[in-house]
Amino acid sequence: MILLSPVMMILRVLSQTVVLALAQIYNNKIRTMLTTLGIVVAVGSIILIMGSLSGMQRGVLSEFEQFGAKRVFMDGTLPPSWRGKLNWREVQLQQEEVDAIREHVTSLDKLCAMYFGAYDIQYEEIILESVRTTGIEPSWHDIENREIMEGRRFSSIDIEQASNVCVINEKAIEELNLPKDAVGEFILLSGRRFIIVGIVETIERSAMFGGGDTQTEMYIPISTAMNLNPDGWINYAQGEMKNPDDADNVVAEISFVLRKMRGIEPDQDDTFDVQVMQNIIDDFNKIAFVMTLITGLVVLVSLIVGGIGIMNIMLVSVSERTREIGLRKAMGAHPIVILMQFLVEAVVLCLAGAAVGIAVGQLCLMGVRNMPIEMLKDAAAPFWAIALSAGLSAAAGIGFGMFPAIRASLLNPIDALRHE
Amino acid sequence: MTISIRNLEKVYKLGTEKGKALEVRALDGVTLDIEQNEYVAIMGTSGSGKSTLMNILGCLDKPTGGQYSLSGIPVHKMSSAALARVRNEQIGFVFQSFELLAKQTALKNVTLPMVYSRTNWIGARKRAKVALERVGLGERLTHRPNQLSGGQRQRVAVARALVNNPSILLADEPTGNLDSTTTEEIIALFQELHDAGQTIVIVTHEEEVAGQAKRIVRLRDGKVMSDFPTEEDPIHQEFLRAKAATAMRLAEEVAT
Ligand SMILES: Nc1ncnc2c1ncn2[C@@H]1O[C@H](COP(=O)(O)OP(=O)(O)OP(=O)(O)O)[C@@H](O)[C@H]1O
Ligand SMILES: [Mg+2]
Repeated sequence: MILLSPVMMILRVLSQTVVLALAQIYNNKIRTMLTTLGIVVAVGSIILIMGSLSGMQRGVLSEFEQFGAKRVFMDGTLPPSWRGKLNWREVQLQQEEVDAIREHVTSLDKLCAMYFGAYDIQYEEIILESVRTTGIEPSWHDIENREIMEGRRFSSIDIEQASNVCVINEKAIEELNLPKDAVGEFILLSGRRFIIVGIVETIERSAMFGGGDTQTEMYIPISTAMNLNPDGWINYAQGEMKNPDDADNVVAEISFVLRKMRGIEPDQDDTFDVQVMQNIIDDFNKIAFVMTLITGLVVLVSLIVGGIGIMNIMLVSVSERTREIGLRKAMGAHPIVILMQFLVEAVVLCLAGAAVGIAVGQLCLMGVRNMPIEMLKDAAAPFWAIALSAGLSAAAGIGFGMFPAIRASLLNPIDALRHE
Repeated sequence: MTISIRNLEKVYKLGTEKGKALEVRALDGVTLDIEQNEYVAIMGTSGSGKSTLMNILGCLDKPTGGQYSLSGIPVHKMSSAALARVRNEQIGFVFQSFELLAKQTALKNVTLPMVYSRTNWIGARKRAKVALERVGLGERLTHRPNQLSGGQRQRVAVARALVNNPSILLADEPTGNLDSTTTEEIIALFQELHDAGQTIVIVTHEEEVAGQAKRIVRLRDGKVMSDFPTEEDPIHQEFLRAKAATAMRLAEEVAT
């Protein structure tokens, strides 16, 4: 009997707190439902919103990554301070500049100038009009890393001799109705005969980088492109650095070379622009951070609104609860036991609400992931959003649930009982 | 001695007006002894301090002055936690407005004091059933308060007040919300309890109800005005004479 008594005491306290709390939850089904509903909506919507947002961010980042974090772009620009002194044509990159950069910027691994044009292409009866035709250098193959399905890549001899050779993609073979093994076939490009020396794989480009549907692509040596259209210019040059952490150095070195070649004085603006993928990613991350912040704020406001809802439901029953607490006190309940009962009730309600909310939120996110939207494929709620929403709504529920209980448990039984 | 109070005071402070403290002296020096097995009625005009006194006797409220000892223990010095235990083990309280939990059955309502009891929480259900049978509600165990008549509700409340075998049963106008037949029911129940040895203190406005008690204490302005055994209480005797006279007159009228 003496050994049993602590066990009995624990059982007695449990029956006074946990059992009563659960009975209370069961007996006040509507209040239970409304309270938990508030928490479910708050937690669920936050998980959904934050999950979608961060999924979108991850999706975009992975596209950038796929594109290559080591990638560097440069092209000529005409800042306002140079207008009148130079025209836009004069600031475009020159082949010598590209070659100089290739030679002097050691942290740069590969570099390739891009010379765009659009020509009519004919094979037998089929004529395709204005096909995008890019003049490239052999290093293009290393940078783009696209598989040669048949034939060969461009060589430096092709460039030196400005040969009429071309590399096309599979899509072009389809469009021109070329034989499966098209290497060695001749096509007419702007009326000149070009021999197909290689076939490059067609890659799916995401909508973000001007893809969506695959295009007919045609590549020729850059020297050939310049001969075909002497009025064109190098649209841009793209390179790859040895180490993505070198971004700042690479930009500085390229700028140094170009400024020197162009004779730009120290107090004058650049007439070119060097973009590093990493910088673009950083910019995007900044935007994404601000977006998360704004959404976070909206979410916070909605949490507060949800909290006020929870508070309302809890406060509606304050007089009823205060009287009940008064009665329980009159019947001899220890004040702490009463508080425990109400605490257990609030905690159980809020935990259940948060759990259901997390489940609902995750289910919705699953739906989002299955939507045919590429960017939302990785939608997943960050842990902090789950913790924050569950924590705040639980705090609201427990706080507003406990507040009247604490106040009532401090009253004289008769004052609590006579509460209006 | 079950209840012993000395110079009990209860002053309600209602703030200040024009620099003077506004206060109500609801109890102004009450001294009273109540022995075991007594059946006492407390009477007085409205606002004379009856409920205030009962609440203090029931440890639901604390006096602002004076001494109160219950079964020899000085209650006025106790902490609120200790008072909770006294209420649970020594006191059964019946309210004018029943104060039952609306969403719970009669059985659950009667179980309530035992939930907080150190000794009676095991087997509480069975005890509650016995208590309800004792007040004649053996057939109404699972009824909720709104499915019971006023008299039945008050009987549930009485059963609840008795389940922990309190040393005193306190009832503040237990028949105040009841009609005359149900009042008689409750009064008969109290009589039965008293016969079984229960100490009872009851507040009432009705001389009929007070007449069942063995002693009548009358309050006025927070003070004891008179304290007599029922058969010696002049006001009650006057009431009985008037009642007898009316009955005579009625009988004569019927006869003629
Ligand atoms: N909580 C309170 N605050 C202030 N004054 C109070 C409070 N409770 C009672 N009083 C005052 O104390 C006095 C006694 O009240 P009490 O309720 O004891 O009277 P009562 O004899 O029970 O009257 P009734 O027969 O109407 O029930 C009254 O003047 C009342 O206004
Ligand atoms: Mg009263």
